[in-house]
Amino acid sequence: MSTGETKEARRDARNTWLLSAPALIILTLAAAGPLLIMLVYSFLEPGKYGNVVWEFSTGAWVSTVLTRDIFDGTYHLADAHLTIFWRSVKLSLITTIFTFIVGFPTAWFIATRSARARTALLFLITIPFWTNLLIRTFAINQIIRNEGMLNTFLLYLGVIDEPILIIYSDFAVFLGMTYVYLPLMVLPLFAAIDRFDMRLIEAAYDLYASRLQVLRRVILPIVKPGIIAGSILVFIPALGAYVTPRILGGGRNMMIGNFIELQFGQGRNWPLGAALSVLLLMIVAIALMFYVRAANRDAPHG
Amino acid sequence: MPADAVIEARAARKVFRTGQQTVVALNDVSIAIRKGEFFTLLGPSGCGKTTLLRLIAGFETPSSGQILLNGNDITDAPPNLRPVNTVFQSYALFPHLTVRQNVGFGLQMQGVAASEITDKVKRALSLVRLEDLADRKPQQLSGGQQQRVALARALAPSPEVLLLDEPLSALDLKLRKEMQSELKRLQHELGITFIFVTHDQEEALTMSDRIGVMSKGSLLQIGAPREIYNHPVNRFVADFIGETNLIPAEVRNAKATIVRNVSIPVDPASPEGAHTLAVRPEHVRIVPVSGDVPLTAKVGESVYFGTDSHIQLLLADGTEIIARHQNEATGGEVPPPGTEVGVAFAPGAVQVLED
Repeated sequence: MSTGETKEARRDARNTWLLSAPALIILTLAAAGPLLIMLVYSFLEPGKYGNVVWEFSTGAWVSTVLTRDIFDGTYHLADAHLTIFWRSVKLSLITTIFTFIVGFPTAWFIATRSARARTALLFLITIPFWTNLLIRTFAINQIIRNEGMLNTFLLYLGVIDEPILIIYSDFAVFLGMTYVYLPLMVLPLFAAIDRFDMRLIEAAYDLYASRLQVLRRVILPIVKPGIIAGSILVFIPALGAYVTPRILGGGRNMMIGNFIELQFGQGRNWPLGAALSVLLLMIVAIALMFYVRAANRDAPHG
Repeated sequence: MPADAVIEARAARKVFRTGQQTVVALNDVSIAIRKGEFFTLLGPSGCGKTTLLRLIAGFETPSSGQILLNGNDITDAPPNLRPVNTVFQSYALFPHLTVRQNVGFGLQMQGVAASEITDKVKRALSLVRLEDLADRKPQQLSGGQQQRVALARALAPSPEVLLLDEPLSALDLKLRKEMQSELKRLQHELGITFIFVTHDQEEALTMSDRIGVMSKGSLLQIGAPREIYNHPVNRFVADFIGETNLIPAEVRNAKATIVRNVSIPVDPASPEGAHTLAVRPEHVRIVPVSGDVPLTAKVGESVYFGTDSHIQLLLADGTEIIARHQNEATGGEVPPPGTEVGVAFAPGAVQVLED
């Protein structure tokens, strides 16, 4: 009896592994494999015309944050690199916060509509996904560039005398990213608010909570999982954004994504590009760890 | 206004609009609830009792009319500014807070000092005997325990009036009985005015000082349980509270004619004309057929209920009435179906209804 059971358990375990094997193989090849290649490349010497020379070196890692003075050979902080890192983190954070500020009322509005209206509104939220990101970003470009719709309209109205310079600035990148990532904030927030028991609002209101207290003490803590999910879904792709800063930020307002691309292209420094990629991954992982830990601090234990 | 009224509704009216339809949920209801009483709003679902409760709590504002608290108009005051707390039918406990934090929520929102909150929460939890579970989350509690937390949470800020919206409807019978006496005990101990909403007439009769019976947005009768049970004003109240035999009759000169030539005496103050008589089944007596007993009936089915038996009786014109007999008194014996028996009503038990 017991041997039969163990045999059966063993067979179950084997079947489980066999059934998951295709997924595991794909994950290994598609996710872990490239990462490993990146990690290895980051410790090699750059080739003269791109590619790598198979020679161990920590040069790429050093030059992610330090730059060597070509005259006296001393090392200084690489201001240009740090500016790019800082801009990436700052813009991603602002984008996350702003998508939350705009997305929360939107998600609340949708979640409190009738079942039919809700389906229609959610459908509308997903419409931007039907169009290629590149095209959407160019559309934003068309609106905000100096001779674009916005400036033409304002000039025509006489509100302004000369075009407002929005395009090719950090603000333009922020605007574009907010537009692109807003649905990713709205959808998880909607899911969380949809599960929220609206009767709790009355209960809190009945127990002397003001409107602001109802929001802060009851609604926000309970929909927190949705806020966390939405923030992660916005912050991570924003940090690695490539298309939006390229098209709306121009050449000067680079983010990490563009900087990495530069190393594999004109820069011909693959190891530096690889090191930067791994660094980006680490920044994201650390940010996530902090975030999840902060979020779980007052979550239910056990 | 009655001097001892803590809550008063004056011609409170509430109309809900859904698309083209308008529903009058509350039709000019006026009521004065006395300080310290256990008042029950009783009626079937959709009768407006919960709407009235929500007007008192402040979740809704009346379409017209006023709500007064201690003589002050609070019609437009938001719920957080009313010293009135609610025990919700769904309990509505905060899932992200522990039992202790749930109970302390109201005090915290009122800005009470932390040490005082600790004391009051402790006292509220001991009132409902939940001190041991103070650090649990609501979802780790049983339905009955959640019910107690909801009660403690509403009581902790010492409201002037406690509103209870069918709080026992989700509990099983045994627990419900337990909570009924628990609620009664609490109300007695704390002296807080309880306004209790239920559709369960037995619950209303056993717990209340006074009952307001509602139907279709109107308040039909207000009175002590005994008064409402023994002297229902109309057909609806008679039928809704307890079981009642309704017998069509012609009333004239303090006599009600039931079947051909059979009249029984009724209260001289009763309205005259074609009316319905209400007689409680326990007031229907089965007696041997004799010349002294004008009313006869044929025995139908009987149902045995343990403590008593219900015996169906068919009058000559086909009207069906039920007699309830204590089995202890009769030894559980019931007359066999088809027997011709005499029927008598206990003195003063026949009530002429207005409609």
